[in-house]
Amino acid sequence: MISPGAGKASSSPLMGNDSEPTIFEYSHRGRKSWSFADTDIPDIELDSIIPPQYQRQEPLELVEMSERDIVAHFTRLSQRNYAVDVGAYPLGSCTMKYNPKIFDYIATLAGVSAVHPATPASSIQGWLELMVNFETSLCEITGMAAATLQPAAGAAGEMTGLLLMRAWHNHMGQNRKKVLIPDSAHGTNPASVRLGGYEVVTVPSNSKGLVDLEVLKDLLDEDVAGIMLTNPNTLGLYEEEIAQIAKAVHEVGGLLYYDGANLNAILGVIRPGDMGFDIVHVNVHKTFATPHGGGGPGAGPVAVSEKLIPFLPGPRPVRLENDSVLKFGWQQMPSTSIGRLHSWHGNAVVIARAYGYLLANGAEGLRKVANTAVLNANWLRHRLRGIYEIPFDRPNMHEFIASIGKEKRKAGLHAMDVAKMLLEQGFHAPTINFPLIVEEALMIEPTETESPQTLEQLAQAFEQVAKQMQDSGTEIAHQAPRNTPVRRLDEARAARKLIQTWDANQTLQN
Amino acid sequence: MPNYIPHSDDEIQQMLSFIGLNNVDELFNMIPDALKVKGELNLGRAMSEPDIAKTFRSFAKRNSSVEDLVCFAGGGSYDHDIAAVTSSVGSRSEFVTSYTPYQPEVSQGVLQALFEFQTLISRISGLEVSNASLYDGASACVEAANLTTAATGRSGIWLSGGLNPNWAQVVRTFASGSGQEISKTTLSNGKTNWDSLKGSEPPAALLVQYPNYLGIIEDLKLARQVADSLGAMLIVAYDPIAMSILESPGKYADVAVAEGQSLGVPLSFGGPYLGLFSVKKDLVRRLPGRLIGETVDVESKKGYVSTLRAREQDIRRERASSNVCTNQTLMAIAAAIQMSWLGTGGIRQAATMTAKAAYYCQQLAIQIPGVKMVSDSAFYKEFALNLPISAEVAVERLLEEGFLAGIALSQGFEDTEFEDSLLICVTEKRTRQEIESFIASLEKVVA
Repeated sequence: MISPGAGKASSSPLMGNDSEPTIFEYSHRGRKSWSFADTDIPDIELDSIIPPQYQRQEPLELVEMSERDIVAHFTRLSQRNYAVDVGAYPLGSCTMKYNPKIFDYIATLAGVSAVHPATPASSIQGWLELMVNFETSLCEITGMAAATLQPAAGAAGEMTGLLLMRAWHNHMGQNRKKVLIPDSAHGTNPASVRLGGYEVVTVPSNSKGLVDLEVLKDLLDEDVAGIMLTNPNTLGLYEEEIAQIAKAVHEVGGLLYYDGANLNAILGVIRPGDMGFDIVHVNVHKTFATPHGGGGPGAGPVAVSEKLIPFLPGPRPVRLENDSVLKFGWQQMPSTSIGRLHSWHGNAVVIARAYGYLLANGAEGLRKVANTAVLNANWLRHRLRGIYEIPFDRPNMHEFIASIGKEKRKAGLHAMDVAKMLLEQGFHAPTINFPLIVEEALMIEPTETESPQTLEQLAQAFEQVAKQMQDSGTEIAHQAPRNTPVRRLDEARAARKLIQTWDANQTLQN
Repeated sequence: MPNYIPHSDDEIQQMLSFIGLNNVDELFNMIPDALKVKGELNLGRAMSEPDIAKTFRSFAKRNSSVEDLVCFAGGGSYDHDIAAVTSSVGSRSEFVTSYTPYQPEVSQGVLQALFEFQTLISRISGLEVSNASLYDGASACVEAANLTTAATGRSGIWLSGGLNPNWAQVVRTFASGSGQEISKTTLSNGKTNWDSLKGSEPPAALLVQYPNYLGIIEDLKLARQVADSLGAMLIVAYDPIAMSILESPGKYADVAVAEGQSLGVPLSFGGPYLGLFSVKKDLVRRLPGRLIGETVDVESKKGYVSTLRAREQDIRRERASSNVCTNQTLMAIAAAIQMSWLGTGGIRQAATMTAKAAYYCQQLAIQIPGVKMVSDSAFYKEFALNLPISAEVAVERLLEEGFLAGIALSQGFEDTEFEDSLLICVTEKRTRQEIESFIASLEKVVA
């Protein structure tokens, strides 16, 4: 049949594994979706407003699509994507818990989402109060004295922490050069340290998977600005010597930075401040159930101990004294402040969702979150014993590490194969090949929101994968996944022959 | 109380006994009691779903949104139209509740949407390579400063005095860690006066906003000439919608950055927004953040992956030139939908209506006795006025008249001749009637 025009049809077959065309292939000259209000503004030549020498000569070509095609296209794309709302997502270190829908509702209230950030304080009392309340709750949870909500994600929180360290040492008349990081740390830690102007010194883990206190003591001197730690660490293990670590670091005048990626495990159980930490960032998109959005937005608020308050970024939302007409306002930055970190006030709507989550749980609920997250992870570790190698087979917290074992490695099997075979079984894969100190690591974090039934089903999928590897070696393993929208992708080719934008002449034909 | 944990008490007991424990407290036996929280945190009792909704409605009621006030404020956050499809399809829960696409076989939806986003942003910026987003306009400026200092081996960044003052502050904050030396030019009739930094050490890059914070259309050709004379790179922070009528920054810039909030992201009290970042192709290996590329699977079927991953922090660790991990993917997807809806014609229509509405408003404003433009240079969407009274007072008074009148430049725009001026923004949403009653109220409050 001859199509009446160029371009793709909206109703191309969906349920098969065909590729979805790009918006550029749906585009057809003369099609339109947009409409704007009739504003009755008197017309005037554009040339008399914008001098012609500044105007573009060639038109800016985007696409020309019908609204119907746009909806079909992006809906199909969404259906080619795994998500928490679809099933379990045991991605270690990422805390992929269920994101309650009530917070979607609060995020769409006009008084939350349609507020201009430069609106004067008198007309944003609700926002200011919410932020002050959230900071207070955050301090209670982390055992800190004050907080900033400006950092837009965990990595920005880390930068904030390092700048606070620098400001503190400068204030003490010192210019320290090094920051210590365990070898099991997240990649953002060393990257942030370097961007913060510090040199990275790696602390090795001991045979128990914990910071080696004796080695740490040898590394400590008065050139050490501080240490960045997660506790529980990325192996899911509690740093049992944290009090001694804190003491040793403080003795040389260093500060302790708590990477909040794993805070979920300890909510209401133990607080970073009580462990001896001076600076804490919290990934609210992990611990406080704000959705990850396919990679963001997040929010990475930072809480600090009393002595670091003068260095916090600003302006800060504050409760005003009683005699003030307004209850809440902005406090301008003191001269000691490290300065502004965000275009405005941080990822405010993400913070609002997180605050809702704290209200929904209360103290008791948060403790139950930690209890159940830790229970689920320990249960799954026990369940997978004998099926996978468990390099640190002792009580873990919210996550644990498994590995495929030496024999399978010798047979040419990898953590990557487990990941792809699990996808074939209908589950998202765990984090793989991290932390770097475990060969072929599978980092498994079930979170508290998966039911025992789901955990069992997940365990069976892991079991099935191990069995397939046992029975057929690399044969099935290297073929997987066979039932996903696409199969294993050629990543080397993507890098070698970079195609980063759509181009009619360059796109691959299907 | 809402309960997002599925387990019944029985199930918890059964799971505990499977792992050889009697109660949940024993899960935390490795933690010394002395360090544990005594009793409960001081957070109060859990709230029911209807009570949470009520609490937030009460917060919301104590904020004035742009549905309550007619918005004439900009300064990096713009009250542009957002299509219903953008909100609706952009909040599909498969997009909202997925993680970073680490397993591409089950993340093709996010990856393809980001690939389309990258393509659209490259068309707007005029530079070949665009990443899959950064946090916001300010963080994009910081990453551009980091890229150009790394690429040139120089440490200086010259900021135009017309750069958004909040962004300039953020660049300075991060520079205190990286050791960059940040200088700022003066303005001359509202435009960057590059000569004001003549004689200083040649910088890694010049950073100019286009149109600048005062809405004035900067001369990019001149900025490029200055950069070339110094052997420096040029970073342009552009307004994405304006690029449908203005010459694109790609003609002159090595790096183009932007705040992408205008492309379908709600005002959101300042965040989450959308940082846009584009570079010339020869800088691709220095690109911060995620980049999506097209490739094939084992059956030669087209697919998408995160590519040139060796640049990123999780692989390169302390040798990475950026620490960004979480970005603003969901906003990038929304922007891709919004840009599809606007399309070639709509983006130009939005920019043209915006330019004409702003011009109309400005023409009326300068007829008010005592009100003057701070500069007679050509502007787009925003303009700054000197008022006979303090701009801050004017903004407060106009709130009572139902207008968010703009931004008082005393807030953050220091060290310029425009310290006590009012920055007004007009988008395609503003009607003639709204503008005329705004001007009438402005005339009343400054009289």
